[in-house]
Amino acid sequence: MAEGIISSLLKKSGKDIQASWTRDLAAALPTGKGRISASELEQQTAEFIKLLTVAAEHSRGADISASDFKALREFLEGVSRSRALQGYTSDETAAFIFSFKKPLFEQLRLAAGKDVETLANETWLATVLLDSLGMHTVKTFQKAREDVINRQQRDMLELSTPVVKLWDGILALPMIGTLDSARTQVVMETLLQRVVETGAQIAILDITGVPTVDTLVAQHLLKTVTALRLMGAEAIISGVRPQIAQTIVHLGVDLQGVTTKANLADALALALKRTGSTLKN
Amino acid sequence: MDRIPILRMGEFLLVTIQVDMHDQLALKLQDDLSNAIQRNASRGVLIDISTLEMVDSFIGRMVADISGMARILGAESVLVGMQPAVAITLVELGLSLPGVSTALDVERGMALLRRKIAGVDSDVATIAG
Repeated sequence: MAEGIISSLLKKSGKDIQASWTRDLAAALPTGKGRISASELEQQTAEFIKLLTVAAEHSRGADISASDFKALREFLEGVSRSRALQGYTSDETAAFIFSFKKPLFEQLRLAAGKDVETLANETWLATVLLDSLGMHTVKTFQKAREDVINRQQRDMLELSTPVVKLWDGILALPMIGTLDSARTQVVMETLLQRVVETGAQIAILDITGVPTVDTLVAQHLLKTVTALRLMGAEAIISGVRPQIAQTIVHLGVDLQGVTTKANLADALALALKRTGSTLKN
Repeated sequence: MDRIPILRMGEFLLVTIQVDMHDQLALKLQDDLSNAIQRNASRGVLIDISTLEMVDSFIGRMVADISGMARILGAESVLVGMQPAVAITLVELGLSLPGVSTALDVERGMALLRRKIAGVDSDVATIAG
């Protein structure tokens, strides 16, 4: 019974393995930043060995997708998720599993004695099992990191599209950062929605914070302007820097029919004039 | 067959599209509206699409056509109350409806229509004078 040896070994000398494993881990992990405490590490290793013992006892294969490994899988997912949030790199996280090999193999060698064949077989089985567990950990780690990135991207998307009311009937949209299709879509929808809500006649699109304007960005801007016009509002593009004006002309983008101004103040003055409001000093 | 009502308000015609347009209905509206402009000698047409939630390229073109037809028949036209989703759809379809006047709501549309007609009148006056 292949797995039997590993599980009985874990049962018999689990404590020794854990002690040596924890020692290795503590030495390998960068503890200087105090990201994980020794007691936490000890608790995690103990939990892992306990779960692995149970799983290895019931399951004969190294197929970690089996239901016997469910508890172990979930435990590892928890560990790698917390590692991801604590800012560990993927190899540091994977090392948690892979460093388990050394103490385990040592114990295997002691248990197998002179039986080279059993030792080789058992080592191989343990390697396959631990490798797949390690891969699973890395996979979860990656996913946790991606979740973090996705959430931040979503947050940024929302943060970057504030529509502000400058005056009665005048809205302004200060755009900051690179405009891609997804962002422009959100910007356009938010702006048009606000135009409907407020009944604003003029919307000022301020592109001071947009680092570069290429044909795609220009096209997005033109689409927004056209959509605004279709709804019966008027758009003014402000904050066109000299370099951007040059780029637009060089690219041959046709901005005919779109009112553009160099800065927001000019755009506001024009908007006030068009809505018939006046400012007094 | 159902049709879209065309309301007469003095020298203006008011069309409110409150159902999802299908092609046959759109063609019928074009037909009815051009006849109504002719019959009433209307000076302005106001098309309210504030409850229209879906458009396709055909309806988009129909709106542009109506505006063109009205102009030929001597009436100004204003399209009011387009919803954001509709505007985005039309832009994505590449229909920017050049030459079609738009306004946010009926009130502003009416004001714009009056201004446009006054503008036309003053042009005529200049020519006559």
